[in-house]
Amino acid sequence: MLYLAYKNLISKPLNTVLSVLLLLLSISLATFVLQIRNQLSQHLEKNIKPFDMVIGAKGSPLQLVLSSVLHIDNPTGNILLEEALKIGRNPMVKDMIPVSYGDNYKGIRILGTPHEYLTKYQASLQEGRLYEKPFEVVIGSGVAKKDNLQIGDTFVSSHGLAENGLETHDEKPFVVTGILKPTGTVIDQLIITNLESIWEVHKHEDEHGQYEGKHYREHEVENKDGHPRGHEEKHHKEHEEEHAVEHYEEDHGEHEERHHKEHEEEREITSLLVKFRNPLGALQLSRFINENTTMQAAIPKFEIERLMGFLGIGFRAIHGIAITILLVAGLSIFINLIKTVRERKQELALLRTYGANTFQLIKLVFLEALFLSLLGSVLGWFLGRISIWLFSVFTENMYGHSLVFSFPTNKELLIVALVILTTLPAVILASLSLFKLNVSKTISDA
Amino acid sequence: MIQTTSLRFTYQNSKNHVFCFPDIDLPPNEDLLILGPSGVGKTTLLHLLAGLLPPNEGDVFIANTYLNKLTRKQLDNFRGQNIGLIFQRAYFIRSLSLLENLTLRERLSKKKSDRYRREELIMQLGLSDFQNKRVYQLSEGQQQRLSIALGVIHRPKVILADEPTSNLDDTNCEKVIFLLKKEAQICKSNLVIITHDQRVKAHFDNHLIL
Repeated sequence: MLYLAYKNLISKPLNTVLSVLLLLLSISLATFVLQIRNQLSQHLEKNIKPFDMVIGAKGSPLQLVLSSVLHIDNPTGNILLEEALKIGRNPMVKDMIPVSYGDNYKGIRILGTPHEYLTKYQASLQEGRLYEKPFEVVIGSGVAKKDNLQIGDTFVSSHGLAENGLETHDEKPFVVTGILKPTGTVIDQLIITNLESIWEVHKHEDEHGQYEGKHYREHEVENKDGHPRGHEEKHHKEHEEEHAVEHYEEDHGEHEERHHKEHEEEREITSLLVKFRNPLGALQLSRFINENTTMQAAIPKFEIERLMGFLGIGFRAIHGIAITILLVAGLSIFINLIKTVRERKQELALLRTYGANTFQLIKLVFLEALFLSLLGSVLGWFLGRISIWLFSVFTENMYGHSLVFSFPTNKELLIVALVILTTLPAVILASLSLFKLNVSKTISDA
Repeated sequence: MIQTTSLRFTYQNSKNHVFCFPDIDLPPNEDLLILGPSGVGKTTLLHLLAGLLPPNEGDVFIANTYLNKLTRKQLDNFRGQNIGLIFQRAYFIRSLSLLENLTLRERLSKKKSDRYRREELIMQLGLSDFQNKRVYQLSEGQQQRLSIALGVIHRPKVILADEPTSNLDDTNCEKVIFLLKKEAQICKSNLVIITHDQRVKAHFDNHLIL
């Protein structure tokens, strides 16, 4: 019977192919959308998890989260480090990490932040060491792969966050000191350095005043002579490890003091990422910040939920299309079955003269339908996965986020089960005429 | 063994026309030729014998089985095992090859698969070179021979042939009659042929004229 069902199907390849194709399309579309949605929300969740709140310049809170946590949008602007740190002294705050950027290398963002940022994402070194001095960077695994950067390589950054910036800071090359292990988070696609690097690059650019320029040139000369950067830098380092943020406020060597303090007040960061002892703290503090300061506080979890809400409409639309195609596919299989039963009435009657009973005939029709829907479902699932894979290649190039191949999820199995279940009533409907099949008449009406 | 008594049959769409058939009493191993012009109900009688139509009146006994008493499913089963039907126009499962058609028929009869029997039959009918061909690739003569094979492969107790020769030329007609007789002998079955073909008449002694 199974063999006959199979033979019947392949003897009418056009009908079979059409039904399978429709089914295949709808199932691949449905599983594709499901997968994208799942993986996107998983991906987002993983990346926003370390932080409860972002403090940045006023503007769209979604933009702030996208830029400072997910590193995909432009920042809203800069805020003063001093002011942000004041907020951070609140006892509800567990950790806070300043981040700053403004530069890129071939479109990859260069992020200035203390080492704690890496610990938050549980990033560890693949090789090399962490950045210690300004202009030392560690790079994410994705960056290392894409641009083939290795330890010891140097590069110059260009201004802004977009690729092909005409303005390059060619005076100050960055040096790669470490490469991070893949983490599956935004870190993989970042170049990370300390805050000072970002400040120095931009001071250089902003300050045309002679006094400041001279100061930096002095610094450079010192470096070229092979001397250590002096006691100010050492001082920095020691403190950086223990008190990530506090040291920014501390006094430094006599000579630099006045000068440094001046900078201290002006020093800007893009945003401050905050983790609370208790997530409720985020709610209280964000209201305070939004009402009483020139900064804004955004809660990544809310913003991402909002974002998924927007995308949800699109996903639902695609789901709708998939379901429509599925219905058409179901209808096509149904019509095909009815056609099969009608066209092959004589063959079915012949089988009855051979001794097959009605239920065997229905079984035959059912097997054919089952074969179609199984083939369509399985191929559709594979096509869905292949599209995910192709899409993954695309996202990896565009955004550096690759998607993961996964085995069928429960939801997908449910879809396939539903498709197969719906063939059952189709078979029964199509088989109704078999109960009334007049073998004698069918055989003699040649 | 075939036995019928006072068989009557009426088609639903022609209530006024009632087919009344003479009683048949055919002992085992004997052949019967049913003759008559078109429209007298030859095929109807054959289908009554095959259990494809239920009689309105009268009884049908085939191989000691009272067909009237069987359920639809039992009838299908009985037909599969004991009756071999050969039609005027050859019917096959188009998606299967010659050999596959034969195997299918054999399996549906629920009898043991007999490879030797299949091969011998195919050889006797001169179809050895075509056994893996699709049935619609065969010539008309070959198709008719295949339909005989399909009618006898499972060694039925009764072979019922409906105008097996009407589309054939003289040579093929002779061949078909010879084959049918021979197979009926081998299977020890009753051979019932309905026909209006005069060429067949001479080959059989037992005639029933409707």
